[in-house]
Amino acid sequence: MSQRLDAAALDKAQWRRVSPKYVVVVIVGSLIGGIVAAAIAVFAWLVLHWWWAWIALVIIAVITIVQLIIAPRRARAIGYFLRDDDLLIRRGIMFQRFVAVPYGRMQLLDIERGPIDRMLGLAELRFVTAAASSRVSIPGLVDSDAAWLRDRLVELAESRRSGL
Amino acid sequence: MTRTVSQTYTEATGLADGEWHRMHKATPLLRGGIAIVFVAGIIIANLRERIINLFLGTPDYPSGDPIDAIVRHNFVWPAIGIAVVVIAACVGVFALSWRVQTFRVTHQAVELRSGILRRQERKARLDRIQGINVQRPVFARIFGAAKLEIVVAGHDANLYLSYLPSKVTETLRREILRLASGVRASDQAEVGQAAVPGGAPAQRQSSTLGILSDRVDEFVSPADLDPDAAPPATIVRMHPGRLAGSLLLSVPTLVMFAVLIAMIAGASTGRLWLIIVIFPMVLSLGGLFIRRFSKALRYNIAGSDQGVRIGFGLLTTSSETIPPRRIHAVELVQPLAWRPFGWWQMRMNTAGHTRGKNSAGEARTTTLPVGSIRDVQRVLPLLLPGMNDTLRDAIAHAGMDAHADQSVFSSAPRRGAWLRPFSWRKTGYTIADGVIVLRHGAVWRRIVFVPLARMQSVEVEQGPARRILDLSSADVHLIDGPVHAKVPVMDTRAAEELFTLVSAGAIAWADAETPHRPDERGES
Repeated sequence: MSQRLDAAALDKAQWRRVSPKYVVVVIVGSLIGGIVAAAIAVFAWLVLHWWWAWIALVIIAVITIVQLIIAPRRARAIGYFLRDDDLLIRRGIMFQRFVAVPYGRMQLLDIERGPIDRMLGLAELRFVTAAASSRVSIPGLVDSDAAWLRDRLVELAESRRSGL
Repeated sequence: MTRTVSQTYTEATGLADGEWHRMHKATPLLRGGIAIVFVAGIIIANLRERIINLFLGTPDYPSGDPIDAIVRHNFVWPAIGIAVVVIAACVGVFALSWRVQTFRVTHQAVELRSGILRRQERKARLDRIQGINVQRPVFARIFGAAKLEIVVAGHDANLYLSYLPSKVTETLRREILRLASGVRASDQAEVGQAAVPGGAPAQRQSSTLGILSDRVDEFVSPADLDPDAAPPATIVRMHPGRLAGSLLLSVPTLVMFAVLIAMIAGASTGRLWLIIVIFPMVLSLGGLFIRRFSKALRYNIAGSDQGVRIGFGLLTTSSETIPPRRIHAVELVQPLAWRPFGWWQMRMNTAGHTRGKNSAGEARTTTLPVGSIRDVQRVLPLLLPGMNDTLRDAIAHAGMDAHADQSVFSSAPRRGAWLRPFSWRKTGYTIADGVIVLRHGAVWRRIVFVPLARMQSVEVEQGPARRILDLSSADVHLIDGPVHAKVPVMDTRAAEELFTLVSAGAIAWADAETPHRPDERGES
């Protein structure tokens, strides 16, 4: 009997999803990772004559294909939800993570855009607290959404500042 | 820039009066101390043959050192001239750096100005002070000087008032903390007068004998010279035997034994080069033991109206006062080897001491190097002042004593044994009076207290292995430090409940605190 974790079940959280275009970013990321790893394996196999490198190549290919298949689900699994006093974020399918960050604990907000993000008009919003392990970020936001969300979060944090 | 620099150290309130003050007169010497020793070392290393010759008169004295080179090239007077100029320049720069280094304590901030070419002004806001530390290195103690460190959050952001006459540092620390806690200025005058012991330090300093006896007093007296020390009942004294035992039963000792065995094996099989490799390791480990032992031997902790004060050190002493609500987490940890003796160590996270700053950081996050269950029970109230006594004692007792009633803590279900075979029963948490207490670990048993008002965020996670077992893990994110608050295995429903409780508690308890400091809102 396996039960999925759903930390916000009690709140009946209305998760906001990230842009569907974010799937492209995930796919390109997995492809690049797969190609780089495969190139190393091919080099080891053909140039260094390590015969077992083809096994690694097969494993890399399988992992990449699996990643490509689950990419849409991975993108859909990302969600965020603005509660009254804190921000909820969920990520991941295999490794599910739920994080709650009170607005008052926010130290700064970052907006980042990678090259593929820029092509698609997407942005990643990073939420930095005094704890290094918080690692809270929402990728795949449409530019205008990211800017709106940043302003909204700053406004909320201002009114609930708790200091350090 | 016109400003008056006052130098009256004898009045107790004189340093926290909003005027600019200079440092102790020996400051350049103390700050340059390491450089001077270094230069002297280089000179001695270069001239060692000459020095040996001077005392022993070696007949086959090789003439290859710099002095011979100077004499041979007929360069004696220019060399002396250069030496004189260099020394004069050093003295001049030191004197100037002393003149330009000033500080003042206002009602908003502690300010420090320093630097000759690169002027630096550093300002530590009083409401952002995470702690004040008085450090007294051996060398500085000889001159009766001490270093006051104003600890604030942020990387390399601390403000050092080095060096001040050690007599005034205690008073200054109290004054700054008093200002920081928002006490009215009118109260300060009487407090200041009460704080001068004897009342006439200026007279005593005038005679050489007086200065000498002052120095002797400094070394003999304990690390704390605080006149308003806490009631003795709250102070935990270090037991030398227990301290030595705790060091013997620690990880470095195991390393030491492994090294010694390797050494003996190496020597017996004739591989003597092994000793050359290993010997420095033994030396450094021995040094580590002696440092830890001497540091912890004079450990003391006490509560005061301005926060908890923790002192360390035998020759180089340090004593830090941490105001209330600056401690983000407290951990009790017990390595396996300490279990038969019932010893525990306590550590904490504060915003001022982030990890990896220096080796001193390790000692400064340790709030109790080793102590019995009773010691821990005495120290805990100082570190968690807001918590209800009965609840705290009951929880700490249940956590530390395996025979006590364990029902306070939640426990992982039996299937948690797949992931934590030895500790699943003792992996859990409890929330009481605004503090979440988590515990886990088999080899290192850990009990972590986190005031919900201090935590940063909360996370629950479930990977594939835990999903199969219907388990999850929880992690309360804290400010950087040695303490991490985790529950590695717990029932999924329990994790969801923890998530809900902790995320709500984090907001409620932080809100409950803010009315105390209405001025802090908006301007931070």
